Amino acid sequence: MAFQEKKLPADAPLADKALNWIDPRFPLSATWKAHVSEYYAPKNFNFWYAFGSLALLVLVIQIVTGIFLVMHYKPDANLAFASVEYIMRDVPWGWLVRYMHSTGASAFFIVVYLHMLRGLLYGSYRKPRELVWLFGVAIFLCLMGEAFFGYLLPWGQMSYWGAQVIVNLFGAIPFIGPDLSLWIRGDYVVSDATLNRFFSFHVIAIPLILIGLVVAHIVALHEVGSNNPDGIEIKEKTDAKGIPLDGIPFHPYYTVHDVMAAAVFLIVFSAVVFFGPEMGGYFLEYNNFIPADPLKTPPHIAPVWYFTPFYSILRATTSDFMYWLIAGVAAYVALIFVRSKLRGTTKMVAGIIGLVVVVGMLVFDAKFWGVVLMGVSVMILALLPWLDSAPAKSIRYRPDWHKYIYLLFGIAFLVLGYLGTLPPTAGRTLVAQICTFIYFGFFLLMPWWSRSGTFKPVPERVTYHPH
Amino acid sequence: MSNEKQVDPGRRGLLVATCAAGGVAGLATAGAFVSTFQPSERAKAAGAPVEVDISDLAAGTMKTVEWRGKPVWILKRTPEMLASLKKTDGEVADPDSDRTQFAVTPEYAHNEYRSIKPEILVVVGICSHLGCSPTSKFQPGAQPSLPDDWQGGFLCPCHGSTFDLAGRVFKNKPAPDNLEVPRYMFEGDNKLVIGKDEKGEA
Repeated sequence: MAFQEKKLPADAPLADKALNWIDPRFPLSATWKAHVSEYYAPKNFNFWYAFGSLALLVLVIQIVTGIFLVMHYKPDANLAFASVEYIMRDVPWGWLVRYMHSTGASAFFIVVYLHMLRGLLYGSYRKPRELVWLFGVAIFLCLMGEAFFGYLLPWGQMSYWGAQVIVNLFGAIPFIGPDLSLWIRGDYVVSDATLNRFFSFHVIAIPLILIGLVVAHIVALHEVGSNNPDGIEIKEKTDAKGIPLDGIPFHPYYTVHDVMAAAVFLIVFSAVVFFGPEMGGYFLEYNNFIPADPLKTPPHIAPVWYFTPFYSILRATTSDFMYWLIAGVAAYVALIFVRSKLRGTTKMVAGIIGLVVVVGMLVFDAKFWGVVLMGVSVMILALLPWLDSAPAKSIRYRPDWHKYIYLLFGIAFLVLGYLGTLPPTAGRTLVAQICTFIYFGFFLLMPWWSRSGTFKPVPERVTYHPH
Repeated sequence: MSNEKQVDPGRRGLLVATCAAGGVAGLATAGAFVSTFQPSERAKAAGAPVEVDISDLAAGTMKTVEWRGKPVWILKRTPEMLASLKKTDGEVADPDSDRTQFAVTPEYAHNEYRSIKPEILVVVGICSHLGCSPTSKFQPGAQPSLPDDWQGGFLCPCHGSTFDLAGRVFKNKPAPDNLEVPRYMFEGDNKLVIGKDEKGEA
């Protein structure tokens, strides 16, 4: 096809002429239309739908503040701690940039956890949005990696010993573990070599992957269209032009909503940055204001709050608890055999996997299984689209008792998170073990409980009250 | 002339060979990048054996030296301390140091004292659970975070694992194994070399 350029009148505005020159060479207007001005989103979004764009805002804050921090930071075991203090005390406004970055890390997880909760409540991971969800889980994993690598950089006591504990987790893997942790650290202990590679991951490797995944997440979303609080496919009811009857263009209708949400978010964010950047030791741990000392472990090591639910699961896995886990695995395999409609071969595979896991639990020690459970507790999120078999996507049309299951799961998650910040005692470990069972039970039993009960009728069109 | 569906076997063969050669080169390059993660020659050199003079070590006291960035404890045990090991035999998870998963105990320390000379204990002061450094609790008797019949030993502040005066872990603690005994040897009565024994360097 020959190259074509529209003819504009000689007195057309300069902006129109510029766009007319660009569009045949780069799909600028087409991209803007496809993703913003003619992307039709359901008109019944509520405040839960603000957290996606807020996550994007926090990503921008983290990247911009990060760029400026790197200009003053020194990734060297002898200089790192002092260079952070230099940023805080001597660099003009350095304290603001640093506190924005450290508060941004926690804000990122708050926003992302709420964004994921929204997905859980309205079934946003269900068909046809499985890939949107999987990209999201990958983003969550990258965020955890980013937070972990970044936390070593200030080279304080918590940075150092936190990294020591997490890298040693890999040492629990049978046969290759000790060599693997040596390879990750690049030294016999966490050292300058470790700091340098974590710096590289934190400032370039993970952010590149993260941005790629965010693009994939949004492109996949815009391909299938957004879910909504009613869990109805708006694309099923369209007008003559193929535009969803319940859809409204993202711009300007939701851009204004998101600007409003950003304003509220920035008020809260600024309040934390200016008045409580350490957030009582939850956002910045007090022990991290002491330089790293490889010969002295702080009396209590706890990860930052956003990792504590998973860390609690790790700690709950003691050698006594292994018998309960074995019983749990056996009961689950029995349940698959008795109460599932899977094919015979699939059941056999489940049985064999169950047997291997039980034997493994008897052979390898509890430390290894703690690491496995912690990993699985995050990765299991990826299975949600295939575990949930409720006839209605949204919690609005599920049986009321489903809400109590979600509530129980939410409470167990928060309790695990709280316990993870505290030193363990026998009683707390027991509570964490019960919550671990609730956490995994919620996901693993979902194929059964999610389809039971009396569902409410799902309406044809979205619920919307003009105001 | 229609050549759309015809495959030229010669060209297809070259294509496969090119892809294979390219793949091998790619994997080899990836291998080089993976290898950069290993400890560098400088890090290995810094992990060389350490010599310690223990002539000034009084009975019942402990000295900490750094080896490969890890704290190594040298504890000179009193006769009472050695006697306490008999009492803890039944309460520790692996009294004879037979486990090999976390670290192999060198055969010269594969005895009830876990040491070459009964009174001199040499262990790496890193908890086998997640790498924290336990604190010394030599005072016997009841005290916070410890059982009432405490005989003296070590307590890991991170997750509450306890070890006796031979670095043996008590049963049902998060730590899966005893404290590691590094390879070490005596050079004369009062000089210890850590990280090296008659068989060579660790």
